[in-house]
Amino acid sequence: MFPAMELLRSFTNPDLSYLANLCHNCRGCFYACPYAPPHEFALNLPKTFAQVRNESYAEYAWPRVLAGVFASNGVVVSLVTVACLTLIFMISIYFQGPNALYAKHLGSGAFYAVIPFRVMVTVSIVTLGYALLALAMGFLNFWKDIGGTIPELFSLSNWQRTFADVLTLRNLGGGGHGCTDKDETFSNARRRFHHALFYGFLLCAASTTVAAIYDHFLHWIAPYPFVSLPVLLGTMGGVGMMVGCSGLTWLKLVGDQTPADRNLLGADLALTLLLALSAFSGLVLLALRSTEALGILLALHLSFILALFLVLPYSKFVHGIYRSGALLRNSIERRLGSAPSSE
Amino acid sequence: MVDLNSIYDVLVIGGGNAALCAAVTARRKGKSVLLLEHAPRDFRGGNSRHTRNLRVMHSAPTSVLTESYSEDEYFQDLLRVTAGNTDEVLARLTVKESGNALPWMESCGALFQPALSGTLSLSRTNAFFLGGGKALMNAYYHTADCIGVHTLYDTEVQTLHFEGRSVRNVTISVKGFPANVRAKAVVAASGGFQANLEWLKEYWGEAAGNFLIRGTPYARGRVLRDLLRKGVMPVGDPKQCHALAIDARAPKFDGGIVTRLDCIPFSIVVNNLGDRFYDEGEDIWPKRYAIWGLLLARQPQQIGFSIFDSKSLNRFMPSVFPPVQSQTIAGLAAQLGLPPAALEKTVREYNIAVRPGNFDSKKLDSCHTEGLVPPKSNWALPIDVPPFYSYPLRPGITFTYLGVKVNEEARVLLESGTPIDNLFAAGEMMAGNILGCGYLAGLGMAIGTVFGRIAGREAARIADN
Repeated sequence: MFPAMELLRSFTNPDLSYLANLCHNCRGCFYACPYAPPHEFALNLPKTFAQVRNESYAEYAWPRVLAGVFASNGVVVSLVTVACLTLIFMISIYFQGPNALYAKHLGSGAFYAVIPFRVMVTVSIVTLGYALLALAMGFLNFWKDIGGTIPELFSLSNWQRTFADVLTLRNLGGGGHGCTDKDETFSNARRRFHHALFYGFLLCAASTTVAAIYDHFLHWIAPYPFVSLPVLLGTMGGVGMMVGCSGLTWLKLVGDQTPADRNLLGADLALTLLLALSAFSGLVLLALRSTEALGILLALHLSFILALFLVLPYSKFVHGIYRSGALLRNSIERRLGSAPSSE
Repeated sequence: MVDLNSIYDVLVIGGGNAALCAAVTARRKGKSVLLLEHAPRDFRGGNSRHTRNLRVMHSAPTSVLTESYSEDEYFQDLLRVTAGNTDEVLARLTVKESGNALPWMESCGALFQPALSGTLSLSRTNAFFLGGGKALMNAYYHTADCIGVHTLYDTEVQTLHFEGRSVRNVTISVKGFPANVRAKAVVAASGGFQANLEWLKEYWGEAAGNFLIRGTPYARGRVLRDLLRKGVMPVGDPKQCHALAIDARAPKFDGGIVTRLDCIPFSIVVNNLGDRFYDEGEDIWPKRYAIWGLLLARQPQQIGFSIFDSKSLNRFMPSVFPPVQSQTIAGLAAQLGLPPAALEKTVREYNIAVRPGNFDSKKLDSCHTEGLVPPKSNWALPIDVPPFYSYPLRPGITFTYLGVKVNEEARVLLESGTPIDNLFAAGEMMAGNILGCGYLAGLGMAIGTVFGRIAGREAARIADN
């Protein structure tokens, strides 16, 4: 990020949005800076950039009326989760009667005895579709603001470096020795935990996709046996997410708080906790699905997933969208030769 | 952890680059080491935390240095900046040993920037620390901690007690509480005295009260003065200090590099009477910037004002503070507290004296004044396109030259020339042996690293006997 910054003498708001979202919050600058607090200049770039990032999430939110959700995002994510819990339990009781939640359901179609198939599919398609649309619109708002054009988005060569950066989190590796995750010493902990969460999340998404294909095209109805592609992918993904969420939360809590903004901790923890609950409820559901707990566990799991879908465009999750946009911008500028590499 | 009742093998006084190099070296030889840093942990590292690179001899390109930089060329550079005011034996030792510094530093966790990024002109001779001097110090302290060097912060050494030609014990103040510590060998690496304004006043009078100190406020020279009073041989001119013009709004201490201003060749500089006092375009800036601190020190109230117009605003690196700005020269004078009529007269006379020429900021150009005293010999352009700008300037002191005389073993010598049995010095405290005057980028860190390691090695050897 600093090589990109050195090219400028004064900064406009879009410049700051771009730089703040290009910043991976490695905090190396904070520990290397002789002007960091308690120096009287009290220069705290990681904290300032975290604040600018959060402001940019609000600025580019779609629709714009929902920008306010980033003001106290931890509360919003929590309330949405509570609302989803209430809703799913009410849906279950409304369609299948109060007893379905406590009864034992075995064999093919067991899940749909708790929540009807059509309701489950409709709700998930509508919410996920909306979330993807809102994320895409937010991305476009950001992309246009930082000077990007639409044709640039359709050039595969522009994306190559960006994909590699995103998939490897190269910029959190510090060139091999890692980053100042917890204090001024270097480690690769944050990169590894983020990877666990990121790839865990992707495996879970793959599991759901495979399940949808089984159901729709092959007419194999869930639940699937333990040794089946959706269950294996989901299990690995769930474990990865648990590891990642625990590790990232641990780093947040034991790490040096000075370069962080205390006001944004709630937003970070709320999303991490929701992801962890989604994964954990899925794993417990798998373990206990042949018992009477199935109904309650499935309702819980679906509630968390629904909440996750709803808050995707309105939570810390958007960092990935804007970070990717900033990396894309940076890779284009580097290819044009106007920006040095970000190492 | 720290046990002040035990006898340490090696006691290191100071907490900057040289001190850490000595402490790590001695500890790696299996010695018990106690390091005393005057600053609190947040401000540890002395002036090393403001540094960026070290000057390294090398015969072939490396991952962090381009081309080559021979022992002779390095030594010639040193002779040039010091005008021969150097101890050739110690200087050549520094140059040669600098060639072995990088792998050792890397073994202590130091990271370097790849060659060719950023400051091109220095990438042949100087290796740049990734993240700068503070990141390097973080790496050193982390390494020292891991291998078992004991460290006390907020700890000032007050006096060394001698018995014959040996240091027997040392009186210290730990967070304000008095204590004594004993060690078989002592390494003094606690810097110069530039942060001691009272001491500076002995040479500069009350003017020193208006000096700004660019680095650590903990370089108070207490150990240096204690040693000189006890008959240690001094080296370096006590009156001299490296001083340049920095933004007058900088903090009293620790403003570092961001308060430096390179605007002088593109401006005129007046004192608080509104009068010019020196040729701002005498020579290219890198050759002249180090004289402006002392020029300002001789002006009333030790303050100056660089005045320029909108043509020159983007010709130099700004300081961290925005310039004072006005649509008129009189308006600028009012904001700066200068007599408006005098400043208008100075600017008017200067503008009349400017001769047309081909302006070129990169070299000595033909733009100069005629019939003006003092003249402006290069880069003289009329100050006539509003808005007008000014940076107030004060002397910013980087370091002092006074130190203690040492030999090739980093051993401190008495005035008689006899070495002290168990006292060594490294870093700024003895840099005057090699850099008697002038300045060479990255040399201070090279001296600190080389003599820190020698002092650590020799102190460990003494502790064995």
